[in-house]
Amino acid sequence: MFRILENRLRQGHRTVAYPDAPPELPARFRGLPVLDATRCEDGCRACEEACPTGAIRAPAGELAIDLGRCLFCSDCVQACPQGALAHSRDHRLATRTRDALSLRAGHSLELARALDGELHRLLGRSLKLRQVSAGGCNGCESDVNVLSTIVFDLGRFGVQMVASPRHADGLLITGPVTENMHLALRKTYDAVPEPRIVIAVGACAISGGPYLGHPEVHGGAAAVVPVDLFVPGCPPHPYTILDGLLRLLGKLGRGAP
Amino acid sequence: MSAGKLARTRNGVPLPRASVPRLDVGELRRAVLDAASRGDRLVALFGVPCEPGRVELHAVLADDSEATLRVGTAVVDEAYPALTPECPQAHLFEREIAEQWSVVPEGHPWLKPVRFARPARSGRDPFGRKEGEAPVAGVMDYYRVEGNEVHEVAVGPVHAGVIEPGHFRFQCHGEQVFHLEISLGYQHRGVERALVGGPDKRSVHYAETLAGDTTIGHATAYCHVVEALGQTRVPARAQALRGVALELERLANHTGGLGALANDVAFQPTAASCGRLRGDFLNLTAAVCGNRFGRDLVRPGGLSSDVDEALVARMLERLDAAMRDVRDSVELLWDTASVQARFEATGIVSVDDAEPLGLVGVAARACGLERDVRRDHPSGVFRLAYIPVSVWQTGDVFARAYVRWLEVQRSAVFVRDLLESLPAGPTRVPAAALAPGSLCVALVEGWRGELAHVGLTDEAGRFAAYKVVDPSFHNWSGLAMALRGQDISDFPLCNKSFDLSYCGFDL
Repeated sequence: MFRILENRLRQGHRTVAYPDAPPELPARFRGLPVLDATRCEDGCRACEEACPTGAIRAPAGELAIDLGRCLFCSDCVQACPQGALAHSRDHRLATRTRDALSLRAGHSLELARALDGELHRLLGRSLKLRQVSAGGCNGCESDVNVLSTIVFDLGRFGVQMVASPRHADGLLITGPVTENMHLALRKTYDAVPEPRIVIAVGACAISGGPYLGHPEVHGGAAAVVPVDLFVPGCPPHPYTILDGLLRLLGKLGRGAP
Repeated sequence: MSAGKLARTRNGVPLPRASVPRLDVGELRRAVLDAASRGDRLVALFGVPCEPGRVELHAVLADDSEATLRVGTAVVDEAYPALTPECPQAHLFEREIAEQWSVVPEGHPWLKPVRFARPARSGRDPFGRKEGEAPVAGVMDYYRVEGNEVHEVAVGPVHAGVIEPGHFRFQCHGEQVFHLEISLGYQHRGVERALVGGPDKRSVHYAETLAGDTTIGHATAYCHVVEALGQTRVPARAQALRGVALELERLANHTGGLGALANDVAFQPTAASCGRLRGDFLNLTAAVCGNRFGRDLVRPGGLSSDVDEALVARMLERLDAAMRDVRDSVELLWDTASVQARFEATGIVSVDDAEPLGLVGVAARACGLERDVRRDHPSGVFRLAYIPVSVWQTGDVFARAYVRWLEVQRSAVFVRDLLESLPAGPTRVPAAALAPGSLCVALVEGWRGELAHVGLTDEAGRFAAYKVVDPSFHNWSGLAMALRGQDISDFPLCNKSFDLSYCGFDL
């Protein structure tokens, strides 16, 4: 008993200061891509050709990346001879629509706005989510799990992962939605009482990710259920997921860290 | 001595496919059974389509005492006599062959689907489905115990926690489990099929997401195949840093696993701190490559990033700090009677079950089986640096937890030593094209156990077949055995003690 108390004292308080302070991210973190089409040489499509998921379009004078397909690897950055693509350390990536994930050079990302009216009144202070992994590789699942540890302490924002869809206000879906999970996902969604929301976490759940185009998968959650929040990444950093959740609940304003 | 008919090779040493003996199926069968009876492990057994409409079976065995691999093939049509009755470690491989290639292993005692995937070759359905009838996940004949007061409990595919999907069916008498049957396949994404025709720009990303918590392990095994087939010599610095990354992956997952075991017996102090400390190890990996799981780090020819002296110094400091806290938190487990009462003698797998089932990794070492690819079939930096094999004898939850703790300590020392003595030089060289008509087996000791990748090239040097065996493929059967005679309420604890991958199994 004494050792347990000693351990507790030594371990101390470990919950991060975020969102009151900026997140602590690794120096080499790959966040929001920065595109500079003015550097592109005519006819060069090296980034497009290098991208494993076809996320990039680089016709003459344009450069655009679909963050819903992006694996946040560095294949395009390494392929580009002109340095027209780079990753910033900006972890904020979540959007409310699939279309908003198409990032064009010279444009900024339209980050997720809060739930509207009645949904915000119902869920803004207490959101219970049921997680469904539908072909996820346990990358997204692990970094969703991390949000419930003492480090991020999701509970302090009124968000909780619950054991049953019947207890939930919505689903948090990971994975490209395999054919073999299609029915189970649909049934789980149907078991969530209305009104309900759906959050798609990770490239797989948004577009199929590396499995895009496979006959064994459905190409993401939106093929099966309506999605209210898209969180890109492979997997998204826990801060990126948390940022998306807090924006959805209206707990982060403009200029948030 | 029919095992002598098989070709011999070693981990990461390619063979021309023409030099792999094509035996008559009876001969292959005898050779595999002979090798297995001498203690060889069946690393992989899989089919490859060959001349019109036929299937070439490939068997890969490992002789751990001689650091040798044996390979042989045989061509089959619609059926062949199953190995499983005499060699239980073949049981899932043969089910897989039946499912993928519509080839019936005759006499298989437990012939059921593995992943509920459509067959890649037309033929008689081995599971008795009508022609054109699509497989439905979870729909199969389950083993059933009949009798008064016997009841059945079905769990999944969607579970209560944030965890991958799988279906578990228990035959119970009161609280006691007579039998647990595990039916997976919900995560099947078609990875092996998609790797055929590669390497291409997606291949390494498939490897990294085969099991996302084993990104470094699977990407390393994949790169070993590509590098061996291309005779690409990976610089020493890259090999050392791959070793660092592999052991950091082990540290993160073992620490997280020990915390989750504490959580499953409601011991919050260790659960809370290990949940945090797992992240400290992931963040060390992220310090090197920007991603907590090591995405974008291991690439054919070496690594995509390097470390400088300042970063190494910071990593050493953070490693020491994390290890101080891990020791402080994990050792509480062994000193707390309420934890030990739940861990000890729960979910026992005897060595007499573990060996014939071909268990690998932590699950095998916790039964006293000294199996560790890092020692038995070393590749990369493990050819030069030794990491002791961690073993415990009791085969229970305690043993699986304690082996993980031993490995945490040894991996931390190993990472420290490597970081302090990193060889100079480049971290990447261009990867050469793959040799045509070749076969290569790459084994890597991932944090769960042996990762086996087998690449076969065609005449153009593209993958004609690619086989992946995640340690979970062998070890789910161990979990089923651990539940025999156990209270059903011990299932979460037993499950966590194995800590297996669903997508690694489902591919």
